[in-house]
Amino acid sequence: MEHTSRALPKIRASHISKVFSNGKERVEALRDFSLEVQEGEFLCIVGPSGCGKSSFLRILAGLLPASSGTIEIQPGEDPGKPLTSMVFQEYAVFPWKTVLENVGFGLQMRGVPKAERLTIAQSWIERVGLSKFIHAYPHQLSGGMKQRVGIARALASDPEILLMDEPLGALDAQTRTLLQEEILRIWEERRKTVVYVTHSIEEAVLLGDRVVLMTAHPGTQKAVFPIPLPRPRDLKVMATAEFGELTYTIWEALRGEVLKAMKLLGET
Amino acid sequence: MNGKGNPKLLSLLTLLFALWNGCLTLFHGWTAFWWLGLGVDFLLIVGIAELIGKRIPPLYAPLYRRSLSVSFPLLLFLAWELLVRGGVLSPDWFPPPSRIVQALWELITKFDEFSKTSLLGRPWLLLGAAWGNRPETVKELLAESHLYATLMRVFVGFFLGATPGILLGMVMGVSPTIRTMIDATLSAFYVLPKIAIFPIMMLIFPDPFGEGPKIAVVAISVFFLVTINTMVGVRDIEPVYLEAGRNYGASGFRLFYHVILPGALPVVFAGLRIALGTALIVIIAVEFVRAKTGVGFLTFYYWEILSPEKMYAGLVVVMVLGVLLTAGLKKVEQWVMPWRKP
Repeated sequence: MEHTSRALPKIRASHISKVFSNGKERVEALRDFSLEVQEGEFLCIVGPSGCGKSSFLRILAGLLPASSGTIEIQPGEDPGKPLTSMVFQEYAVFPWKTVLENVGFGLQMRGVPKAERLTIAQSWIERVGLSKFIHAYPHQLSGGMKQRVGIARALASDPEILLMDEPLGALDAQTRTLLQEEILRIWEERRKTVVYVTHSIEEAVLLGDRVVLMTAHPGTQKAVFPIPLPRPRDLKVMATAEFGELTYTIWEALRGEVLKAMKLLGET
Repeated sequence: MNGKGNPKLLSLLTLLFALWNGCLTLFHGWTAFWWLGLGVDFLLIVGIAELIGKRIPPLYAPLYRRSLSVSFPLLLFLAWELLVRGGVLSPDWFPPPSRIVQALWELITKFDEFSKTSLLGRPWLLLGAAWGNRPETVKELLAESHLYATLMRVFVGFFLGATPGILLGMVMGVSPTIRTMIDATLSAFYVLPKIAIFPIMMLIFPDPFGEGPKIAVVAISVFFLVTINTMVGVRDIEPVYLEAGRNYGASGFRLFYHVILPGALPVVFAGLRIALGTALIVIIAVEFVRAKTGVGFLTFYYWEILSPEKMYAGLVVVMVLGVLLTAGLKKVEQWVMPWRKP
């Protein structure tokens, strides 16, 4: 029994398309996009802006219906746990809730008793290094700290799959590097299934087990790159020749897509 | 010698200021050239203040700025006072500030025998009555108080208008169907000057000269402003908050309570602030037209009996009322939304 469930992929997305239409214009965000993600895999999706990677993540999260195609997600053993939790960009933490309330939000919505909720939230706040700010409101925090709250909020609700939508995209380079390290460290502890959308190739190679490259307008899958870098990883891996080679190979493949996307934007 | 705030230039400007005002006074130039005199004085004072500002140590800079913002209006009052005393401005139109203060003091401390009213309800009697537990007397005294009458109309009208306004605005913000149905109608009513419906209100209420129509006009003005702002606040919530709320399992009422309501509150409060100011404008206008009490009535009454300094005193009361009410709402706002940057 356990053996068969292991064999099934955690996520199987088959022939997903998504068309946005407002009556006059039709925008095809995704076309025939298929993807399988294994249990415990850290999958990164890279593509030029407008390639529908955020749409795909929202379809996975159930926030957006697909125009066609199917999504299968293997549920875990505990039906009380959510299938997915999303980490948005850092401004998505609720400004009207304290750090503690933000991190405990998913648990609260699931009806977890208050005492248990506080314990879990507190332990996650400690793990992202925000114990001093437990009762602070987001406006008192820096961008990087806010995103730590966002990550803790997603992890505290202990989802089957963690979805991350360019979580570090709006942060400055140094904060981003710090948080990349932190994401690696936290992920190595649990090895949760992660789908991570980013526009940074370095970030994708550093974090991911596989990198999926998408084309733009409409978004389709262009190539998949396995990242054979050893685990557990840390930032040192960025100094290796292998890392540089992988990054360059993916960039070579991406370059044409970026140019195409820019040309398309320029023409309209 | 750091070159900042040249002390020589400072003394020169001060000297110029003294000379300019001295000459104008000496040669009786104020009557004909008071506007030029004040204009040049203003420029010289700005120059002097700027130069002093450069010499103030950074530690005292905030204190200096505050003293500027306090002393400038005082200086204006001084200029006003002097211009009236010098016979440049007519005291019939612009009674000097000293007389306005005097009139205000009279309004506060005296009972008007003719109209049987007072501004504050004779606090010296009011406190005694409240202390001595005589509710009948307290009621009578409050009934003769202009301030109490205006405040009551504003508060009751504001509450009666804001409550349904917030509710309808929330519903319209959440439901696109209801929004599309009502929006155009609402916009049409929104542009109507609310004072124009006062006659209708007088027609509807059994006692056209009672409190009913006055409170109703305030309530209606507040209602439309609050409804529209609440609707916009709810409609324009950052979509990512809704996505986050839904992704973490909130829906229906809990999504509303945890995400939509707090997300809309800043805009709702902006609407309440505008509505409170409008309520004050509307009630003063209504009291001009048809009232036997109220600060608006008081102001207009003293115009009718040609007592300009008391008329001005009435305006001062309105201004103070406006400032205090807005400050009060600000406090409520901070209490309701502790997460906002102060």
